[in-house]
Amino acid sequence: MSVGLITSVVFIGGGVLWILVQSVKGRDVDRRWIFLFIGSTVALALLFHIRFGEKATPIVKAAFNQIENLPEGASVLIAFDYDPAMEPEVGPMADCFIRHTLARKHKLFLMTLWATGQALMTNTVEDVLKPEFPEAEYGTDYVNLGYKVGGFGVINVVLSDFRAMYPTDAHGTLLDSLPMFNKVRSLRDIDLIISIGGGTPGVKEWVLFAGNRGNIPIVGGTAAVVAPLLYPYYPRQLVGLLGGTKGAAEYESELTGNYDRFKDMDTPALRMMGPQTMAHVVVMAFIIIGNIAYFRSRKREGK
Amino acid sequence: MGESVIGAWIAAFLTLGILTFLYKDNVIYKISEAIFIGVSAGYWFITLFWDNLYRKFWVVGIEGGQWELWGGIILGVMMLCRLSRKIGWIARWPMSFIIGAVAGLYMMLYFTSNAMVQIRSTISNLTESVNVGDPYYIIGNIVVAAGTFSGLVYFYFSKEHKGVFGATAKVGIWFIMVTFGAAFGYTVMSRMSLLIGRIDFLLSDWLKLIS
Repeated sequence: MSVGLITSVVFIGGGVLWILVQSVKGRDVDRRWIFLFIGSTVALALLFHIRFGEKATPIVKAAFNQIENLPEGASVLIAFDYDPAMEPEVGPMADCFIRHTLARKHKLFLMTLWATGQALMTNTVEDVLKPEFPEAEYGTDYVNLGYKVGGFGVINVVLSDFRAMYPTDAHGTLLDSLPMFNKVRSLRDIDLIISIGGGTPGVKEWVLFAGNRGNIPIVGGTAAVVAPLLYPYYPRQLVGLLGGTKGAAEYESELTGNYDRFKDMDTPALRMMGPQTMAHVVVMAFIIIGNIAYFRSRKREGK
Repeated sequence: MGESVIGAWIAAFLTLGILTFLYKDNVIYKISEAIFIGVSAGYWFITLFWDNLYRKFWVVGIEGGQWELWGGIILGVMMLCRLSRKIGWIARWPMSFIIGAVAGLYMMLYFTSNAMVQIRSTISNLTESVNVGDPYYIIGNIVVAAGTFSGLVYFYFSKEHKGVFGATAKVGIWFIMVTFGAAFGYTVMSRMSLLIGRIDFLLSDWLKLIS
């Protein structure tokens, strides 16, 4: 056990014990102590680099295998439908999908249905795609379609014709002049859609308007808050799903485990799972303490 | 370099400003909140202005002479009538058009995707799992089918929840409660990720305590 883990365990144990004693004695614990305690737990886990191993669950493994089993040069569309608030959760997924698809030499079509997704998509291209894949050529290996207003209406149109909604790419270049669009007329020519998001429009709209109607396989990457609503779509309407930081961490572990070139890559989701786990332990302890306090107060009132 | 340092300091100030609300409502929180709302509104306005009004209305619709876009342009102008008390009623027309179109589009898709395909998946997965022979897969699909059936029974109120019917409804409510619990757990995870993201930013990008 590392010094960091021992320090964190002692801190958490001491704090939980103090709150337990206060609760058992029937004293109110100011909610601000709870906030401070959770914040300190997360900070300690981050400072001491506490990490736990992650193994891909079948639903994440299915997403990984879907990209893995596509033939080289397959067309993959990635939708960045999220905002900065969701970035810590789904940003690592976007990085992983970019790395994995380009390592498999697939053709990437990048787009977003969220105005706020434009800047985040550009960040991913500048920070991951260009430095790690300098050989990838714009227009031949990847294309940035940018943001279009219209939500699910955009999906509805591009299902039958890309050019009706995107006469040009994000830089104003005509689609007809880009080699990647020689064989791609509509979404139906795309081999896989990867929808990353956590709101509306998001994964659900891609399933409803593109997957079901166009019979196109869809992989989802979502914020944890909407993941339970999307699980029923697996495996028929969604071929794989990454739910929150946990899903992203599992994908990162799968990627680093299967590709030597990604062994030393930045793994923000795996880094976040340490503090996440510690915080969950604290929340569970609070639930138990809350129940103990509740039943004791009921017993006292009964007397 | 200088810009990123200033940016990190501003972001750190705003992050801490928002977090001060956890102690109590205060001026720094209100300033941070107002900046956040103002910047968001400004960002959306500029994006929609250039993408919709300029590129579509002006460049394509007027300069490009694509007259089929004029239907949308007219509806858009009608929507703006809402700003006037006298002619505000005109905005009801584009509004009813939008609601009708969206309802029409969603109705069939929802029915197909969230009812028909879901029913088919629940049943066929069960039969498929028996053919596959994997006990883990079989038990999983039995649980899904039992949960779906008993959950539906719980919401059937035309018959009194008594006897076998009542027992099934009780199983249904357990499934529903477990689902709510799982959803709550995921929500906690999601919110915790946001907190971790901000603390990670403070410790690494701002204070440089984490490499």
